[in-house]
Amino acid sequence: MIDPHESTARQQHVTSEPANGVMPPPVRRITLDRQPTVALPPSQDAVAIANAGDRSLAAAARPARGIAGPERMTIDGLSVYYGDNHAVKNVSLPIRQGEVLALIGPSGCGKTTLLRTLNRLTELTGSARREGLITLDGEDIDSLEVTEHRRRVSMVFQQPNPFPMSVFDNVAYALREQGSKRPKKKVLEPYVVDALQRAGLYDEVSSNLDHPALRLSGGQQQRLCIARALAARPEVLLMDEPCSALDPKSTNVIEELIVELRKELAIVIVTHNLQQAYRVGDHVAFMYLGDLVEYGPTDQVFDNPQAARTRDYIGGAFG
Amino acid sequence: MAVPTRPAASTPPLPPLPLPRSPGGRQGKPPKKRRVNESVRTWRLTDRIGYVMMWAAGLLLCAIGIGILVYMAFKGLQYLRPDLLFSSPTADVDQSKSGGFLDPLLGTVLITLIGITIATPIAIAAATWIVEYGRPTWLARLIDSGIEIIAGTPDIVIALFGLVLFQQGIFGWMSFTAAGGAVFGRSFLTAGAMMSLIALPMVFAATREGLQSIPAHVREASYALGKTKAATIRRVLLPSVKANISTGAALGMGRIAGDTAIIVVLLGASLTLDPEGSVPGLNVLKGTGGTLTSYVYNNSPAGEGNAPQKAYAAAFVLLLIVLALNFAVDLIARSGAKTGLETSRLGAR
Ligand SMILES: Nc1ncnc2c1ncn2[C@@H]1O[C@H](COP(=O)(O)OP(=O)(O)OP(=O)(O)O)[C@@H](O)[C@H]1O
Ligand SMILES: [Mg+2]
Repeated sequence: MIDPHESTARQQHVTSEPANGVMPPPVRRITLDRQPTVALPPSQDAVAIANAGDRSLAAAARPARGIAGPERMTIDGLSVYYGDNHAVKNVSLPIRQGEVLALIGPSGCGKTTLLRTLNRLTELTGSARREGLITLDGEDIDSLEVTEHRRRVSMVFQQPNPFPMSVFDNVAYALREQGSKRPKKKVLEPYVVDALQRAGLYDEVSSNLDHPALRLSGGQQQRLCIARALAARPEVLLMDEPCSALDPKSTNVIEELIVELRKELAIVIVTHNLQQAYRVGDHVAFMYLGDLVEYGPTDQVFDNPQAARTRDYIGGAFG
Repeated sequence: MAVPTRPAASTPPLPPLPLPRSPGGRQGKPPKKRRVNESVRTWRLTDRIGYVMMWAAGLLLCAIGIGILVYMAFKGLQYLRPDLLFSSPTADVDQSKSGGFLDPLLGTVLITLIGITIATPIAIAAATWIVEYGRPTWLARLIDSGIEIIAGTPDIVIALFGLVLFQQGIFGWMSFTAAGGAVFGRSFLTAGAMMSLIALPMVFAATREGLQSIPAHVREASYALGKTKAATIRRVLLPSVKANISTGAALGMGRIAGDTAIIVVLLGASLTLDPEGSVPGLNVLKGTGGTLTSYVYNNSPAGEGNAPQKAYAAAFVLLLIVLALNFAVDLIARSGAKTGLETSRLGAR
């Protein structure tokens, strides 16, 4: 008989390689420990540990759950293959306005793949193939023009990746026409400022909007990326481990931002930090080896998980 | 993840490796005093010789470089007078009557500009295509090899190839055509076109290297904002490699300014600029001329040798031009680092 812990450990070995030839993400191994009493997996990133210390995990400390609005995106029977590798297996999920959907699961279970499929970035990978239906406001996303679709479903990456231009231009780039330099700076200024304000960055950069964006700190860069993603006024915001490269303080700022932003947007966040999923998620989806194992309201998934796998994964993280 | 514990019980700890004593102690004498820093005295003899040779090689190159510069400055400044830069050369055995080298100076500037103007857009386009598209792969590889061949071809071969090519009838508009319909094939246009091949591989390599060092997630960030590939290339990728392009272009210009073979074969290497035709501007481009390199060659003792002093002065000016271009390369590279671009790339590696 296969011990589930054993197989998970092996699976992590397999997928600890950099996923798509980009760059290896910072160390953030998720481990399934046998002892359910361990508060956090020992190699959980520093953010989680720091947060576990200074933040109460009691539900009271947690912001109130968002009020679920209409369904913006629907994933129906989605499968993604990389060649023969079945990375996402028959996943169905709703993405609603006004709430945060947190995607959790061990490394290599297909979270990033799922997220990238939602704004059709997987299509850039030659070997990737997709099955199943994804709709945005009831429309099949394949029938939408891809650049238009990506403006409506924006994405923030794990690694802060501002463009090598000024802070202003980073945000303005998202607003401008394809490749054009119009509209001019004067016209764009209020929109850029608005986006920076919504991302909680404006006060820090207001005096030097012309400075190179790569001179900002990591946390500021990530908020700039969020501002850039928000500038085009998307309907859905996808975030792939947005805090994994950041310190606890920047993480806090961004988490507060997420809670704030969910009023106007549907947000999907991938995170390895269970505390973070608990804090910001309204619904949680747990994936395992490409399967969607469990989906439900955050409190239910964490307090009363239905599937044994979920219990094992979350096991003990909240005492 | 459970790290398998070492089966410590079964394998006894290894005894310390019987390393030879410090090599200095080959004669059996350990160094007298313990030093905090590694001392050369503890090195093997071969290592010491190697170390000295590395120093010597560095110093030798340094000395050669400074030697050239000082000698040329000494000789050049001895004969260089401002009016040499502003008067045209004339053929005369008497040095005092043979004029300055205004024409060759203009020729160098002109040929460099023509060459780099042709080379840069082509090189950027080719590099961008290879890095950003590059499909089908066989075509990308073919283009790569083609550019490698161009880079490896001696300039005299490029020059001869250019002469054969531009003497074809369809290129008649680029140079002087004789009454019988024979195309001369030599002009600033034809020489500049071949000169672009000298600079092209440098601009190409610099651009390609720059593009390749941009991490994939920067492109994805642009696509994720709903930008097309074309917009991404124009607004994100090419601006990011501006410094690389400038560096490559400056290096290429240095190569053009210093080339002699193409000038001799394709530009006529005449003392003065000889315009061809009556359209102002175009007549110079269609005409022949010379550059500082051909002027130095012609006036040196190796050439007709009638004005070695002026050859030195011109050579010094040429050296200054090329040094200035190299200095520009440094400057560009440093200003690139200032934008934070370089550091971000290092971080991405
Ligand atoms: N570009 C790619 N080409 C081929 N296979 C890929 C690619 N990207 C991901 N995969 C494979 O798809 C599977 C899921 O990867 P994915 O990146 O979605 O995992 P993840 O859940 O985001 O993991 P992590 O938590 O480590 O980021 C893995 O088996 C991985 O090897
Ligand atoms: Mg991932």
